[in-house]
Amino acid sequence: MTSRTTSSARPTRASRTAAVAPWAAAAVVLVLAVVSLFVGVADVDLAGLFTDPEAREVFLISRVPRTVALLLAGSALAVAGLIMQHLARNRFVAPTTAGTIDAAGLGLLTATLVFAGASIMTKILIAMVFALAGTALFIGIIQRIQFKDVIFVPLVGLLLGGVFGAIAEFFAYRNNLTQTLSVWMNGDFSGVIQGRYETLWFAGVVAVIAYVFANRFTAAGMGREFATNIGVNYRAWMAAGLTIAAMVTAVVVVTVGAIPFLGLIVPNIVTLMLGDNLRRVLPTTALAGAALVVFCDILGRWLIFPYEIAVGTIVGVIGSAIFLVLIMRRRNTYAAA
Amino acid sequence: MRRREDLSRADARVASRTGGTTGAATPGAHLTQVEIPREPAAASALPHASQEPRERRLVVVFASLALLVVGAIALYLTWGVDGHWDFALPRRLEQVAALIVVGVAIAVSTVIFQTLTQNRILTPSIMGFDALYVLLATTLVFVLGSTVAESIDPLLMYAVNAGLMMGAATLLFRWVLGDGTRGLYTMVLVGVIAGTFFGSLTSFMFRVMDPNEFDTLMDQLFASFNAIDTTLLGISAVLLGVGIVAAYRLVPRLDVLVLGRERAITLGLDYDRTVTVLLLIVAGLVSVSTALVGPITFLGLLVANLAYQLTRTHRHVINLTAAGMLAVVALVLGQAVLVHVLHFAGTLASIINVVGGIYFIALLLKEARA
Repeated sequence: MTSRTTSSARPTRASRTAAVAPWAAAAVVLVLAVVSLFVGVADVDLAGLFTDPEAREVFLISRVPRTVALLLAGSALAVAGLIMQHLARNRFVAPTTAGTIDAAGLGLLTATLVFAGASIMTKILIAMVFALAGTALFIGIIQRIQFKDVIFVPLVGLLLGGVFGAIAEFFAYRNNLTQTLSVWMNGDFSGVIQGRYETLWFAGVVAVIAYVFANRFTAAGMGREFATNIGVNYRAWMAAGLTIAAMVTAVVVVTVGAIPFLGLIVPNIVTLMLGDNLRRVLPTTALAGAALVVFCDILGRWLIFPYEIAVGTIVGVIGSAIFLVLIMRRRNTYAAA
Repeated sequence: MRRREDLSRADARVASRTGGTTGAATPGAHLTQVEIPREPAAASALPHASQEPRERRLVVVFASLALLVVGAIALYLTWGVDGHWDFALPRRLEQVAALIVVGVAIAVSTVIFQTLTQNRILTPSIMGFDALYVLLATTLVFVLGSTVAESIDPLLMYAVNAGLMMGAATLLFRWVLGDGTRGLYTMVLVGVIAGTFFGSLTSFMFRVMDPNEFDTLMDQLFASFNAIDTTLLGISAVLLGVGIVAAYRLVPRLDVLVLGRERAITLGLDYDRTVTVLLLIVAGLVSVSTALVGPITFLGLLVANLAYQLTRTHRHVINLTAAGMLAVVALVLGQAVLVHVLHFAGTLASIINVVGGIYFIALLLKEARA
């Protein structure tokens, strides 16, 4: 055993990290979730749950749904980002950098304006159609240009998102919805109570489906010829992957508001540590996404207690800072790979 | 003095090498006369045009631009007044003045910045300059506390903000621009994300400061086209004047900078100092426009590129002026249409961002193909 050379020891260590990572991430998520259950304006502690009916009510109607919503939204968005990275073959493509989030926002606005009083499911459906169309437009533009600089691709997506955003802003202004739009585009879990978050389960289910079919997405991400060669229907799986990303984004935007950069940075950081195998990194990515959102939300509840800072704002600061670091350290081979 | 001599000697070298026949060959001639190889791209694409039609073209361009500026302003001032001149005119004059200041500030800062960065798709706004201004203004209120900040004279506050901005932007972007080895797209992406980062940090600070006063503070700190901050108009005009004079005095250096860093240094230009001075001017001008109407991402990009297309020259005297006039026309006409045709149903910034955003994507795709 001791005579092993370093070259054979390296994969062992890597696979050991890969084996430990999901459990470590799960432990972090568990701790953060428990903290999240007991942080808030109303005093709720473990003993109170059994003795104080009011505390129990707060716990069941507000704290538990909020924590579950955080876990679902965080993990689903991270998975959506990971899938998009693989399909676009670019580490910097995610709902934020492909116009998906802004297109979903535009869809939600359209649903609100055109179908006043539409049910939440109708809104999600319309937002999803818009998100899918926006992302497809982005993918179309990207595939038509031969120049696939790793930095250029997300740049086009961000600007496309900016255009969607400006169009939404224009119509929102005409209809006195500017304030509403800015609320939608900034994720906030303070309004989550029992009965108002359950749609997020769709996002969770979709994330599980993504895990089951992970290998197909990997194959589709390899390109049309490769996928067809090994018997994978390229167009169908590409469409399926984008639909998953669009659906997750739409559900999250409609239910709690947009959380920028989450689907971008979490998969990047996990991939940096664990490598590129989609199926292997997916659980850890989901858990890390959940952990980050719960952490940011706890931070938001605690920083200006008894007020709250929206989780979208905090993730926006942390996420854009991390993304800046990721592009600025381009000299080392990571971004160019 | 010594530098002037260096430059004029460089003049002579360039002039003799390019076979220049102008007075540039005489010692002591001013740098403006350096015969830089004008518009290499256009020249190679077009049949070699002689000097005469080009001059005539410029006369036509500027005459029509002047006509457009005057026409747009006249239109805006007189449209639908219905005889209430004493009420409408002073208000509209003030707005036109603000739009002129903003337009010229954006145009001049964009053209300078594009020369500095050697490309036509980077602008101060895209690199997050105006987001930085808003962030700094917010930070100042954050540090002082909103009650103290409100008691300070707005003019003093503005001066401090502009000063902070000039320092911070110059330092930050000297670092980001680096030695020019970072790729263009990396720089644009860094800029876009830096803008987002500054924006998120700003709203974060707002929330931390006092969630109750969030909206009132928003209104006080963020000007927009719908709420032009006219109290700052006078001092903004002065700052703009200083910026413009400084920019036009540096026009010869800008013309040399177009040749690229290496060649500019070879020609005896104190590259680092010039870049710092120019960045200071850009930061000052961005402060002016952002303080008056808030951030507008794509206006500079639109007018600068339109100006290059119209004038087809690299001479900054011409491009700076043309871009400035175009910006004024765009803003005044846009405002007129917004008020009278759309009846305020929309914002000038969002219209400019939709048009400019699509134009920008088209530019990017064109660049990528080339």
